[in-house]
Amino acid sequence: MSHPTDLVRLTAAQTAAAVAAGEVSAVEVTQAHLDRIAAVDTDVHAFLHVAHDSALAAAAAVDRKRTAGEPLGPLAGVPLALKDVLTTADMPTTCGSKILENWRPPYDATVTRRLRQAGVVILGKTNMDEFAMGSSTENSAFGPSHNPWDLGRIPGGSSGGSSAAVASYQAPIGIGTDTGGSIRQPAAVCGIVGTKPTYGGSSRYGLVAFASSLDTPGPLARTVLDAALLHEAMSGHDPCDSTSVDAPVPPVVAAARQADVSGLRVGVVAEFGGDGYQPGVLARFAEAVELLESLGAKVFEVSCPHFKYALPVYYLIAPSECSSNLARFDAMRYGLRIGDDGQASADEVMSLTREQGFGAEVKRRIMLGTYALSSGYYDAYYGKAQQVRTLICRDFDAAFEQVDVLVSPTTPTTAFAIGERVDDPMAMYLADLCTIPSDLAGNAAISVPCGLASEDSLPVGLQIMSPVLADDRIYRVGAAVEAALEQRWGGPLLDQAQGLAQAEGGTR
Amino acid sequence: MSGLIDLVAFGDAMARYEPVIGLETHVELGTNTKMFCGCPTTFGLEPNSAVCPVCLGLPGSLPVANRAAIEYTIRIGLALNCTIASWCRFARKNYFYPDMPKDFQISQYDEPLCTDGSLEVAVEGQKFRIGIERVHLEEDTGKSLHVGGATGRIHGADYSLVDYNRAGIPLVEVVTKPIPGTGALAPVVARAYVTELRDLLRALKVSDVRMEEGSLRCDVNTSLAPYGATQWGTRTETKNVNSLRSVERAVRFEIERQAAVLDAGGKVVQETRHFHEDSGTTTAGRSKEEAQDYRYFPEPDLVPVAPEASWVEEIRSSLPELPATRRARLQSEWGLSDLDMAALLNIGALDLVAATVAAGASAADARKWWLGELARHANSAGVELPELAITPAQVARVAALVQDRTLNDKLARQVIEAVLAGEGEPDQIVSAQGLAVVTDDGALTQTVESVIAANPEVADKIRAGKTPAVGALVGEVMKATRGRADAARARELILQRLTEGS
Repeated sequence: MSHPTDLVRLTAAQTAAAVAAGEVSAVEVTQAHLDRIAAVDTDVHAFLHVAHDSALAAAAAVDRKRTAGEPLGPLAGVPLALKDVLTTADMPTTCGSKILENWRPPYDATVTRRLRQAGVVILGKTNMDEFAMGSSTENSAFGPSHNPWDLGRIPGGSSGGSSAAVASYQAPIGIGTDTGGSIRQPAAVCGIVGTKPTYGGSSRYGLVAFASSLDTPGPLARTVLDAALLHEAMSGHDPCDSTSVDAPVPPVVAAARQADVSGLRVGVVAEFGGDGYQPGVLARFAEAVELLESLGAKVFEVSCPHFKYALPVYYLIAPSECSSNLARFDAMRYGLRIGDDGQASADEVMSLTREQGFGAEVKRRIMLGTYALSSGYYDAYYGKAQQVRTLICRDFDAAFEQVDVLVSPTTPTTAFAIGERVDDPMAMYLADLCTIPSDLAGNAAISVPCGLASEDSLPVGLQIMSPVLADDRIYRVGAAVEAALEQRWGGPLLDQAQGLAQAEGGTR
Repeated sequence: MSGLIDLVAFGDAMARYEPVIGLETHVELGTNTKMFCGCPTTFGLEPNSAVCPVCLGLPGSLPVANRAAIEYTIRIGLALNCTIASWCRFARKNYFYPDMPKDFQISQYDEPLCTDGSLEVAVEGQKFRIGIERVHLEEDTGKSLHVGGATGRIHGADYSLVDYNRAGIPLVEVVTKPIPGTGALAPVVARAYVTELRDLLRALKVSDVRMEEGSLRCDVNTSLAPYGATQWGTRTETKNVNSLRSVERAVRFEIERQAAVLDAGGKVVQETRHFHEDSGTTTAGRSKEEAQDYRYFPEPDLVPVAPEASWVEEIRSSLPELPATRRARLQSEWGLSDLDMAALLNIGALDLVAATVAAGASAADARKWWLGELARHANSAGVELPELAITPAQVARVAALVQDRTLNDKLARQVIEAVLAGEGEPDQIVSAQGLAVVTDDGALTQTVESVIAANPEVADKIRAGKTPAVGALVGEVMKATRGRADAARARELILQRLTEGS
């Protein structure tokens, strides 16, 4: 049990149980993960900042509590990879952008604070597409992260640092944020579990905003139960976020333990499939649907006719909000400042700083959003997009009158090669085709591994969507699928990952 | 600056053109904490000491609306006879400026909290019902100090300092509908409206409304059209007019300036204009063509404001007596004519008289002292009545001392002067300086005897029935007692001695 390699392969639930039982100390667990980071992160590049000292200090605090006989939470002593978009008073928060390089926030995000209170050990801050805009981490100002299945491929994005860290055993759990699919798509392409909770279920206070009406922090993990434990620990009403839901957290952990779909009505979204979908993805998805049926679920095909507008609607609403949210990066109070030579005006310094501080994708979206909100264009673009967003919500409402959950592939293709889509934003945007509707409607959705595509042996994700505040349902279904498939595979899908094993050479 | 601008004399302008005015008034609310965070709103703190991640707009921070500010705004809306929205949203107004922490301002756009109200003002015996377009809630910006440069504006400054203490203080904007039909009274009506609004806000206890601290700021819209024109003229918006006097001056100046433009066959440019306090003039700011596109959209970080009808009714029922109602009540209680009332209001003595009456004086006495003796003092000192170093309670005490004949008017004036000079309370002054009227008949009778003896011719006239001549002897008695005698009693004693005895 105390061998470092074994410690990093434990699930979060196992780790917390071992720490609570005194079988291993939180410090040992943390040290094992820090060693793992030192060994593999040069190749993976999941972390932008590793907080050795504060992680060990947090672990030692958990060990002291245990020794003193104080009660420990269900994730006490479990290391975690935190996406660098959530503020941390003791670590930089860069959002993957040069404009915030070296910025140290004076406060913890609510999620950060809750994790600390739960005894979770924050190992450091993970890489991401700049300001969470992207599906590959290639938009990070600090270089891309690499997929542990194949280091030449993307780990998804924007929470690609966290998904890569969890998939490469640098942390058992991680936090991502989902605006258009930024938790579920990285989870899918890395062969792990990722949840976008109901919008407002987890606080946005301290989450550096990309698109306020969409951004949702959520868990990444190697098992459905671990995701549920983290989901529960990070969620709940926050008076600092007025869009936070003032309702009890759905019973996600109980649902993950229940793992039973008998009698459940499952809807297959008719609109997600066909052209543009990789055959291997569709094949694994079809098998997953059959599996659900064999487990006792009743499967229906459900049509959501307005989902085909979700991508254009998203690319009007999200950039509009981002154009306003990112205005504050103006060099006046914090962050990068370019051109302040004593002569240049404040306007010139703002302009130079934003020119040099933001990457191409961020600028593209700021310009798109500025245009969509402009006088004379607002009604045709932002206004119309909001109307269609309502239609998409109604599609969900109608669908959930017929079925308990909806399913689809998480993303149309498996992990693509680094560099493959950087010059083709539209191709990049398509990675979020199936995940965007739940962001627009605010309902919960999870991605769980459902096998490897035959043509490239890379992981495929199954997306399960539930109504707003019925987050427990996605865990119930996800855990049932996970159990059945692991039985079929003879273990977790991640055991089949080859990329990192090659990079590790003889160490394993 | 004004030397470069052609002006038409106000009277001439008014002979040819009809003005339409409009006012946008910003009021800082007197809530304890800021609009979207818990920072204090105290004025005059060390710069950048009342700030937090939220009002500094730090990455990741989120606003949470202040319920008290929403309540205050509803209070204002109700007092202005507005309709209170049952559902409305905040909106973001986007523009870049260093004193705006998020580079957008959380405001309200097409869904204001209060709409369609009115406020009545009286000017020179005429009543004007000013339509209120909207009352909405927003956050204030930080305060910039541009150092160096000629204009005090950011352009041309050597450097700028920003104090974010003010950033996020709740700000209410009260916007009037266009106000036509005021003719030559337009500048005075504008001033009267702002005065009435200020008094209303004070009565509502939603703001301390200190214009000199910038807690009430006005933008003044003015347009002119030839009499009989079917359309209103192009308006200018004069920004940051921050005293009652300046409001009047700004309207007057714009009328004179625009009339000159129109007389010369030119067109008034739709633009914002800067007001110059020193010269009372305006100069061009941004024109409509250069106007910013604020890209308003609903604030996604805040949930809609949906005040329950029962809450609104609760607020309505707790409204205090409003200034107009109070004025009508006091006028009738004091039995004043409209003219008397107007005189009282013009000199700004209403509250002082009311407080003096409340302290026990009769309305007639209170008015007599404030409008007479005290107004003279204020006038010669060049200050407003409330700034005098005397309280309504002290004035009421002096009136009481006159009433019970401890003082006569002349002595009372001496006491008031001593109070104003900071020599203490009226009673202290009376005893310390021995100012009380001599009411002891023994002492007075002796003085009367000696005065009669010294003025035998006058005494004879009185004896002969020429009663009015008694005034000369009373004067002599007062002179001999250095004013401390009760003149009425002296008169009685003299008449007694010279007429009854014979």
